[in-house]
Amino acid sequence: MSPRVVVLDYGSGNVRSAVRALERVGAQVALTADADAVAAADGLVVPGVGAFAAVMEQLRSVRGDMMIERRLAGGRPVLGICVGMQVMFTSGDEHGVSTAGLDQWPGEVTRLEADVVPHMGWSTVSAPEGTVLFDGVDDERFYFVHSYGVQTDPAAALTSDSPLEPPLVTWAEHGRPFVAAVENGALTATQFHPEKSGDAGAQLLRNWVTALDR
Amino acid sequence: MSVSVRVIPCLDVADGRVVKGVNFQGLRDAGDPVELARTYDREGADEVTFLDVSASAEARATTMEVVARTAEEIFVPLTVGGGVRSVADVDRLLKAGADKVGVNTAAIARPELISEIAERFGSQVLVLSVDARRCTGDTRTESGYEVTTHGGRRGTGIDAVEWAVRGADLGAGEILLNSMDADGTTAGFDLQMLDDVRSQVRIPLIASGGAGTAEHFTEAAQHGADAVLAASVFHFRTLTVAQVKEHMRLAGIPVR
Repeated sequence: MSPRVVVLDYGSGNVRSAVRALERVGAQVALTADADAVAAADGLVVPGVGAFAAVMEQLRSVRGDMMIERRLAGGRPVLGICVGMQVMFTSGDEHGVSTAGLDQWPGEVTRLEADVVPHMGWSTVSAPEGTVLFDGVDDERFYFVHSYGVQTDPAAALTSDSPLEPPLVTWAEHGRPFVAAVENGALTATQFHPEKSGDAGAQLLRNWVTALDR
Repeated sequence: MSVSVRVIPCLDVADGRVVKGVNFQGLRDAGDPVELARTYDREGADEVTFLDVSASAEARATTMEVVARTAEEIFVPLTVGGGVRSVADVDRLLKAGADKVGVNTAAIARPELISEIAERFGSQVLVLSVDARRCTGDTRTESGYEVTTHGGRRGTGIDAVEWAVRGADLGAGEILLNSMDADGTTAGFDLQMLDDVRSQVRIPLIASGGAGTAEHFTEAAQHGADAVLAASVFHFRTLTVAQVKEHMRLAGIPVR
């Protein structure tokens, strides 16, 4: 049976293509913010475009923060995309105003420093040893569109005697290196848009969806 | 590691159909924007742009339906411009499935529209489309370029470079710089204008107008374009997206 995926519907921009891209790789997809549906799904996708603070507010308004928390506590897969990844970090800084994120990973989302911002277009990534997400697509380009990113290593904050598995971090570069994706147990996230990244993005989503089917 | 230069085919759409002609083999219906967008996606386009040139509200409503169907079919970003006058227009297009929205004339009349859209949806959805030409007759601007409306037929006296800078300051995420002098000539992009705008703005810049050969695309990239957009050379099969990219690749420009 094909894995059931919920794309969290909390008023975030264009989510049709995420739904369609997931269907394309064999998932059975629902777009909803219904708590029972979210809890029952094999995988939850958290999309997100726009400002960090606005996304957090919208997420909270449908109690998405709690749904994500609950799923992760039970080891149930969640995939954050773009600002849906950024909100998994400690906080986001926009124009000097800091907004609390979901704090699943240590790190602050800050403005990119490059000649041209937003970083808009297709960039290569450098995936770590052991990646499941980038299996077969680690030499491809993915579609990014963002002005902010995590520019510190979320794995570095864990002490060596921590019981937690260190996150697998994939990096990209725009002016400076930034976090392009994180794989960490049940929680996976990408700064780029796999649903807009052609065949490479489809393969990445297929990798995620296939792993749900265990 | 750097971001690749995007190659973007642009389709003029009116009343749900592609206008201005498309002539390539292997399509069931060369007038269907969805089928064309899908073909370009398959051929490696990094993005697809629809320019809605519909004359009536009714025809625009049809465009929404086309945007929705296209968004179901392609897995690269879709930009839609033409006739966008308000935040509500942008909302409708994004809901229909557009990833980015082009704004042109309405922003000239009311520049605050740019910040209104950026605040509501984020800069990344907003492409400010600037139709510019070299000043002629009595018109003078500092850069020597002025913004036009009505497809280049009407001058505004507004300095095109200053307008691009202001648009970026107001929150545009990208500038689509269309040379009305070069448009349709196939003699190459207006590189001087590209240089002038590039030196002043730090948001992505899309070069448009004048593409005739693969070399023209490479030149535009070498002059700082983050993306290159063309219509007829692709529609009439003078060039394929792949040929353009190959030329750029050989010239050392990063492409997907």
